[in-house]
Amino acid sequence: MRLEYFRMIDRVVALDSAARTITAGCLVPEASPIFEGHFPGYPLLPGVLMIETMAQAGGWLIMAMQRFSNIPFLAQVKDAKLRSFITPGQPLTAHAELVHEGSGYAVANGRLFAEAALTAEAEIRYRLVSFPNEALRNEMLTVARAIALPEAFVHA
Amino acid sequence: MSATFDTIAGIISETCDIPREKITPESHAINDLGIDSLDFLDVAFAIDKAFGIKMPLEQWTQEVNEGKVSSDRYFVMKDLCSNIDSLVAQKV
Repeated sequence: MRLEYFRMIDRVVALDSAARTITAGCLVPEASPIFEGHFPGYPLLPGVLMIETMAQAGGWLIMAMQRFSNIPFLAQVKDAKLRSFITPGQPLTAHAELVHEGSGYAVANGRLFAEAALTAEAEIRYRLVSFPNEALRNEMLTVARAIALPEAFVHA
Repeated sequence: MSATFDTIAGIISETCDIPREKITPESHAINDLGIDSLDFLDVAFAIDKAFGIKMPLEQWTQEVNEGKVSSDRYFVMKDLCSNIDSLVAQKV
C-alpha cells in the first residue's frame, strides 16, 4: 500500500470472471505521514482507507471485466461496517464481488480481511464513465500490470 | 394503475423518501419529484433488480442530452413504466 498515493492494492491474487470476483493482497506500511496524525502514538489505518481499499478492489474488477473501456468512480457506500482496527505492518486481503452491472453504474460487495478475520465490509456503488483522457487509461493499464492483473483482462 | 407503476412508485417512495401519494402517472421523476442523479442510481438499481432488466440509462440520457427526445419520453412515470414493460417483454 502507498497510502499517500492512494495505491491501496499491492497485488491481484485471483480474478474469476465467471464468478465475477477478485481477491487482492495489500500490506499496510509500517510508516506513513497518515499515521502521524491518525493517531499520534496510536497509529491506525483510517476507516475511510479501509473503505477505499475495498472500493479499489471492486474498481479493478470492474475495469478488468469491461476490458478498461470505462473507469469506475466511487458514488455510494452502503452498509459499511468497520469491525476492528488495522495497524501498521498488517497484511490484508481485499475481496470484491460484482453483483450488478447496470447502464452507467455498477454495484460490488467488498470485504476486507486481516489474516482470516473479517475486518470491514460494504456495498459499493460506482458510476462508470469513459476515461476522460488516454493518459489516464494508459496509467491505469500500467498500474494494472504492476499489480499483476491477469494479462487477459488488460487490453491496451 | 398498472402493477409496474405500483412497483416503481413504491421503489421511488422508499428510495427517495417521497410520499407515495405524491407520485402519479403524470409525475416527471426529475422535474416534479426532484430525484437527483445519485438517487436515480438507487432507483435504477432497484428497478433493474425488481424486473430483472438492465435499464438503458446511458442511452436514454444521451438521447435527451442530444435533443433527440424530450426527457418526458423516459422520465414521466407513465412513460417510464411503459419503457420498463417493453424491456421486460424483450427479455422473455
